[in-house]
Amino acid sequence: MAKQLYLYPVWIRLWHLLNAILFLILIFTGISMQFAGSERTFSLIRFDRAVAWHNTSAIILTFSYVIFVLGNIFTTNNRHYRIRKENFWSDLLSQLKYYSFGMFKKEKHPFPVTLEQKFNPLQKISYVLAMYFGMPVLIITGIGLLFPEILVRQFLGVSGLLITDILHIAVGFVLSIFMLIHIYTCTLGDKPTTLFKSMINGYHEEHEE
Amino acid sequence: MKIALTSLAALLSVIFITENSGPVLQDPAEDYQIKKGIENNLFAEDNEKCLVCHGDTYFELTDTVLGVTQKRLMCEDYQIDRDKYYKSNHWSFACTDCHSYGMEIFPHPTSARLEESYNCIDCHGYDEQYAQYHFEEIQEEYEENVHAKIEGFTCWKCHDPHSYEINIRNSTNLEETILYDNNICLECHANYDNFQLLSDREEIVVVESHSWLPNESAHFTNIRCIECHTEINDSILVAHKLLPKDDAVQRCTECHTSDSRLLATLYKFQSKEFRANVGFVNGVIFNQSYVIGANRNIILNILSFIIFGGVIFIIVAHTFFRIIRRN
Repeated sequence: MAKQLYLYPVWIRLWHLLNAILFLILIFTGISMQFAGSERTFSLIRFDRAVAWHNTSAIILTFSYVIFVLGNIFTTNNRHYRIRKENFWSDLLSQLKYYSFGMFKKEKHPFPVTLEQKFNPLQKISYVLAMYFGMPVLIITGIGLLFPEILVRQFLGVSGLLITDILHIAVGFVLSIFMLIHIYTCTLGDKPTTLFKSMINGYHEEHEE
Repeated sequence: MKIALTSLAALLSVIFITENSGPVLQDPAEDYQIKKGIENNLFAEDNEKCLVCHGDTYFELTDTVLGVTQKRLMCEDYQIDRDKYYKSNHWSFACTDCHSYGMEIFPHPTSARLEESYNCIDCHGYDEQYAQYHFEEIQEEYEENVHAKIEGFTCWKCHDPHSYEINIRNSTNLEETILYDNNICLECHANYDNFQLLSDREEIVVVESHSWLPNESAHFTNIRCIECHTEINDSILVAHKLLPKDDAVQRCTECHTSDSRLLATLYKFQSKEFRANVGFVNGVIFNQSYVIGANRNIILNILSFIIFGGVIFIIVAHTFFRIIRRN
């Protein structure tokens, strides 16, 4: 018998969908700019178009991020991002063990999804790092690159623009890897498509044993 | 806020960046050159005969018969700034090295005033001492240059012989060099009064004609006009073949790529040794500026490919075990 929990309200689903689309555009255009080629070499998308799409998507993403933060402040969704200090490492390890071995042995999920516990400890820490550390750094460095005149020109003899960009690219890469893993872990539901459906209809579905 | 941001950035990126100001090509002739300045010019006293009038904004006209003296304005074009002159490339010259002795007569006779000026090639051409600078090729390029078609245009319109200083070749401050060089162009292209002396064309508003550039001001302050408006020539240090505006660089990836044309123009003078800096393709660019698509960190690139490959491997292996353990 399948249990159904309404975990994803409309605003979260809309934000998530927008965030996903924008992030995919940003990854695609970002890679295209980073590895921009001349006519003789490979290029994903024309440079000026990549710049325009990247900038536009980034500005929308910044507003969408503000909505996410405000949404978490003014709704109860924020409780899912609170990390408990007690048993932090042991919880993380047991979740990691489950993904590495337990799930192949049909063991029970160590942290079953409930209305109070939407995320397992591994999801929680990665989402907090991505949304409250990675995203702000990405947005601030992105604003710096969009308005280079606000950056310090040289820091320790190195171009401030370059330092900002390396940080932007590095964090962008880490978040891209996060997205890749995030998409894969979304196939770990009862069926590979179950969790994707949840983000469409809002209901988390799980077979009770 | 700015400092906090860059401090954080520096901490994380410092392992990938080797601080290096980058040596620059030196003019071998400068090794034995004495220090520039009026005190070291052997003809400074003689030059004062000219500069007593031309070194100021006004001069005194005296009628010795009537004993009348009047102050008159010196035309701006004929004013010579002593400080600039004695710091310029031609700082060690006597005025009469280039101007005929007829100019020592006052008022200057018309024949002396209309005499043809020397051009760069007249002194620097076909001379072993200057062979490395290929002035003959510069002259050839100039003759194909769009400016050469303008009546009355000479080398001096851009390289004022009384103030011009070689800049990029000896510069360690790229920002100042870019500003200095771009001001040479803007002297006419942003000053319609000067522009009209040579052309009947309508006024060109540089900011408007370049508005298609993303982040226009960043381009104006970080590259020279000639980066896009000349044809690259590997055998001369600064390209002189200015192209018609329609032939100027307009494709972003001419510069924003690993084989950026800036390496053959703006960054040409940085040492090849530095250019081969481990960890950075086009590392030469990174120290003074930053060009999206051209600055590539090899270490970060390799690291990113390894991490990406590792994640894909884990995902494939995980999927494989999920499939075989499905039942």
